Amino acid sequence: MLEIGIVHYLIVAAALFVTGVFGIFLNRSNVILILMSIELILLSVTINLVTFSHFLHDLTGQVFAMLILTIAAAEAAIGLAILMTYFRKKGSIDVTEINIMKG
Amino acid sequence: MYSLADFYFHATAALPEIVLTVFGMIILLFGLVREDKSTPQVTLMTVSAFAVTALVIAAMPSEPFKGFMGSFIYDPFAQFMKLLVLMGGAACLAMTLSYNTQEKINRFEFPVLALFSTVGMMFIISANDLMLAYVGLELMSLPLYVLVSIRRDFLRSSEAGIKYFVLGALASGMILYGISLIYGFSGTINFTRLSETLALQDGVSITLSFGLIMLICGVAFKLSAVPFHMWTPDVYEGAPTSVTAFLAIAPKTAVFALLARILFDGFGDMTAQWQDVIWIIAAASMIVGAFAAIPQTSIKRLLAYSTIGHMGYALVGMTAASFDGVRSMIVYMALYMVMNIGVFAIVLMLRQNDRQTTDIDNLSGLGKTHPVVALMMTVLMFSMAGIPPLAGFFGKLFVFQAAVSAELYGLAVLGVLTSVVAAYYYLRIIKIMYFEEPIHVLDKPTRDLEVISGIATIFVVAFILFPQSLVNAAQAAATALVTI
Repeated sequence: MLEIGIVHYLIVAAALFVTGVFGIFLNRSNVILILMSIELILLSVTINLVTFSHFLHDLTGQVFAMLILTIAAAEAAIGLAILMTYFRKKGSIDVTEINIMKG
Repeated sequence: MYSLADFYFHATAALPEIVLTVFGMIILLFGLVREDKSTPQVTLMTVSAFAVTALVIAAMPSEPFKGFMGSFIYDPFAQFMKLLVLMGGAACLAMTLSYNTQEKINRFEFPVLALFSTVGMMFIISANDLMLAYVGLELMSLPLYVLVSIRRDFLRSSEAGIKYFVLGALASGMILYGISLIYGFSGTINFTRLSETLALQDGVSITLSFGLIMLICGVAFKLSAVPFHMWTPDVYEGAPTSVTAFLAIAPKTAVFALLARILFDGFGDMTAQWQDVIWIIAAASMIVGAFAAIPQTSIKRLLAYSTIGHMGYALVGMTAASFDGVRSMIVYMALYMVMNIGVFAIVLMLRQNDRQTTDIDNLSGLGKTHPVVALMMTVLMFSMAGIPPLAGFFGKLFVFQAAVSAELYGLAVLGVLTSVVAAYYYLRIIKIMYFEEPIHVLDKPTRDLEVISGIATIFVVAFILFPQSLVNAAQAAATALVTI
């Protein structure tokens, strides 16, 4: 029977993190997907912290995880608000069209 | 356990932050009741709140003091950096009022958001713990995202907001992932305990170095250092100029303080691991800051690249990993702040037919039409280029001295060469102002902006008379961070 150890948790977290980062850079459709990728990154970190907290028998990691969840909510709210003002003016949230400034 | 008396005892360490936050809430309520017509009063109250907080900081004893189970530190380094941030923030807010009124973004939220962002910066500076550092970074960044996109009817502003938000959030993610690895492989996130743990270890685990490098990369994003600078020119250009000024001045100093604390307090025993990383970031920032600014036609984009270059020079001081290095870095940031306050006050003045203009060509003939403004701009540009005897020269001199005494000859030579290249675009502005015929006449500048950039110019010129006082202050600050 396979025992699920610390390495398995870390691999899941690392995979989520990489998925999130690539989601930001390779995504060619819309900005909502970028916001989802950001959430993925933050969740991967939360998994990491809770895992370490469990295996180190130390509560700090879990407190940190709670703080990250709170801040992620605030961040998502601000991100969506900025996206709203952009959409009102532009009428689209296509990533490829966010390019009026270059250089 | 933790009693109320204990809490009061610990809270004294965070007294300036508490004072500023309470002021912030009062000002927010005042603005909410009196609405947007109260913006001048709200701005004035915010600047006064900064001044009161600065007085509280100056009145506090300067012995190091740790509160909240060692996660919050108060020492001369924090004291000096907080005074710098408050001074920069107050100067920026004083500059914004007339510009915001002209551009019709004079909402009362503007100074309040800047105030809460400043609270975040003060927390970063005092953080002795990665958790507090992260929360402070977010408290600093979230109001800045809103400020950048505050001009809702202007597509560029929203676009800059989206870019800043996405890349800032990615940077936060990298910082967090780095922190989680550091926590997992050292068992603590407190800087004091981290350095104790590292001192006991024989070798350094590769995962721990990886975590540290992720953390440094995330922080470099916030500093707009190369290769994490891509957002800077776009955000500087798209944001309203008053926000650009705030963005260029206050947060950079705070994030530098955080980086210094992470590298010297937390990872002082891992110098060999982080020195090369900072070396590369510093060298790349100086090169990109010098070359990428040359083809720019907008003064805001040009100043963005100039900021990137200045971050590189300040990072040279950090790379030296010595007492001298930290001291020169602190002096450099103080001078950078004063020069940028002056330059941005002038950029805020550039208006044509009651509209902001950022095209460098519109500066032509400024020497004839507005001789005083042109003279101030000339002095500030010479100072930024590092021409003696102005303040910018001393900043660069101290940084390169520190690099040479740490035997980083390559970096020092690179720094001198890139500042020669950078001098080209600073001098080009002067050439356009004095040797080209005026195309358009700019509007008459407002008095407050002239006064602010005048003070900055006088400081830059007169710095040669009293360099020792700033260096001594920086010395006291650096002593708290690095033991000689």
